[in-house]
Amino acid sequence: MTSTVRSVEAEVLSALATVIDPELDEPVTELGFVRSVTIDDNGVEVHLRLPTSFCAPNFAYLMVADAYDALAEVPEAGRVRVLLDDHHDSDKINKGTAAGLGYVGTFGVEAEDSLDELRRTFQRKAHLAAMERCCRSALASGAWTIEELPLLELFDLPVNPLKSALVRRREAIGLPSHPHARVLVDHDGTPIATSDVALRLRLAAATRVSIEGNAHFCRGLLATRYAGTDQATPVVTNSRSHA
Amino acid sequence: MYEKDGERYYVVDGHVHIWDGRASNHRNVHGKQFIDCFYDYHRNLSPEEVVWDYDTYTYYGAERFMKDLFQEGYVDHAIFQATLLRDFYKNGFGQTEEALELTRRHPGKLTYNHAYDPRDGKAGLEQLRRDAERMNLQGVKLYTAEWHGDSRGYKLDEPWSRRYLEECLELGIRNIHVHKGPTIRPLDRDAFDVADIDKVATDYLDLNFIVEHVGLPRLEDFCWIATQESNVYGGLAVAMPFIHTRPRYFAQIIGELLYWIGEDRILFGSDYALWTPKWLVEQFVDFQIPEDLPEYPAITPEQKKKILGLNAAALYGLDVPRQFRLPGEVTGAGV
Repeated sequence: MTSTVRSVEAEVLSALATVIDPELDEPVTELGFVRSVTIDDNGVEVHLRLPTSFCAPNFAYLMVADAYDALAEVPEAGRVRVLLDDHHDSDKINKGTAAGLGYVGTFGVEAEDSLDELRRTFQRKAHLAAMERCCRSALASGAWTIEELPLLELFDLPVNPLKSALVRRREAIGLPSHPHARVLVDHDGTPIATSDVALRLRLAAATRVSIEGNAHFCRGLLATRYAGTDQATPVVTNSRSHA
Repeated sequence: MYEKDGERYYVVDGHVHIWDGRASNHRNVHGKQFIDCFYDYHRNLSPEEVVWDYDTYTYYGAERFMKDLFQEGYVDHAIFQATLLRDFYKNGFGQTEEALELTRRHPGKLTYNHAYDPRDGKAGLEQLRRDAERMNLQGVKLYTAEWHGDSRGYKLDEPWSRRYLEECLELGIRNIHVHKGPTIRPLDRDAFDVADIDKVATDYLDLNFIVEHVGLPRLEDFCWIATQESNVYGGLAVAMPFIHTRPRYFAQIIGELLYWIGEDRILFGSDYALWTPKWLVEQFVDFQIPEDLPEYPAITPEQKKKILGLNAAALYGLDVPRQFRLPGEVTGAGV
């Protein structure tokens, strides 16, 4: 019985680990955004938190809605509630997502469109940064020159976290991940011409600096806002009586 | 002015405030959330020894402002940027009248930039004319993603915004500071999107567009448009304090900016009282790109002089004393 109980916890946490902050391109579990997970006989209640009250409500909404979707894939979870704490729009987002109203249903007249395009924009940026990390590493290894880089294939990349991160981000934007797929491509899969490589990599580097820097900033603010609490891991309470 | 190792720096703080975030001025809970958020920025990124207590932070007044900037902060000239937030604060967040009064008392030291909102249409346009005269405006600070009635923000290239920009040209307002950064309710629009700057910068070559917070956290988008437009500048407010907590990250930001937009279009700003200028100026002058970031060349004293003051002085026509100018430079009032 104990092992089953533990596995519900583990499954809930690994489901939450698939929820990504679209701007920071990191899982909410690693960013400290999951405040608590409470499991009881009825279901699971998850509280999320963000670095400030004014973190963009569009991204806040996406993370709450994605957490619902991720937990829906855990059959043992039971009834699921996801609540965003201490945010300017906590009430709206919590009510809207609980009722499955969608983004426009949640914000009513204040929202114009769905967030699909915004999400895509950030998936593309995340891909660009992941691609740059792999290319930079290939150049640093000395095995590739900048002129040869357009020919670099996924097959040529060593199996490591940089490569798996790139593959995940390629899949998110619908790019192929077979071994002979070119690494240095546009977000629609078009290979980058040799004459454009240097400039593209430079712009990709700026994208990487931007995303990483934003993550430093958000982590720091979260730590200050919730000083005195354990920011790294959520408080998990499991009072479930049956397996 | 600041002097170190035989180099003399003329300092323009391009982004300062006098605000009132006290409970007595809160219109609703968002007033408290907003100042608390600012206080977390301050606590998180300041060196420990310069962190203020909360009460002082909510309201510090003109005397403290003058001391922190001009007596202790090495600042020669500072530029107020308006932050009104009338929905959250009874008497506004930024204290317009107090800042104006101070500017009148110290005309050589202070410049006041006010705000407008093109969604106020014709009435706002008339108000802008009156404000320009009364406040002697050379610049404005705009919040394109600010929530306003049923509107989720506006783009600088929309028709009404263009009418306001044309009015700025008429009124001699040359410096358009645009806040592209965290806002109150950006919602479905990406509040940091700088594409609209690209369009108006091309169409209004006699205006300067200063993108505050250098477009962070969309640095790459900002760099890309700034590369194409010679009248787009980057304000370092909010990026500066990383120099203390995350110096490697600061090195990357400043390295990218120098690569893309160059040393002539980057402007120092403390965002006082988010942070105080003294330690920012000291640390910036001491700062160097770490050796293990070979993709960025070393920063020269000349580049630091431009960023800390000479670039902003050129935009605002400030008369920089001869000893602070670069060799061969003609920066000065009326030039």
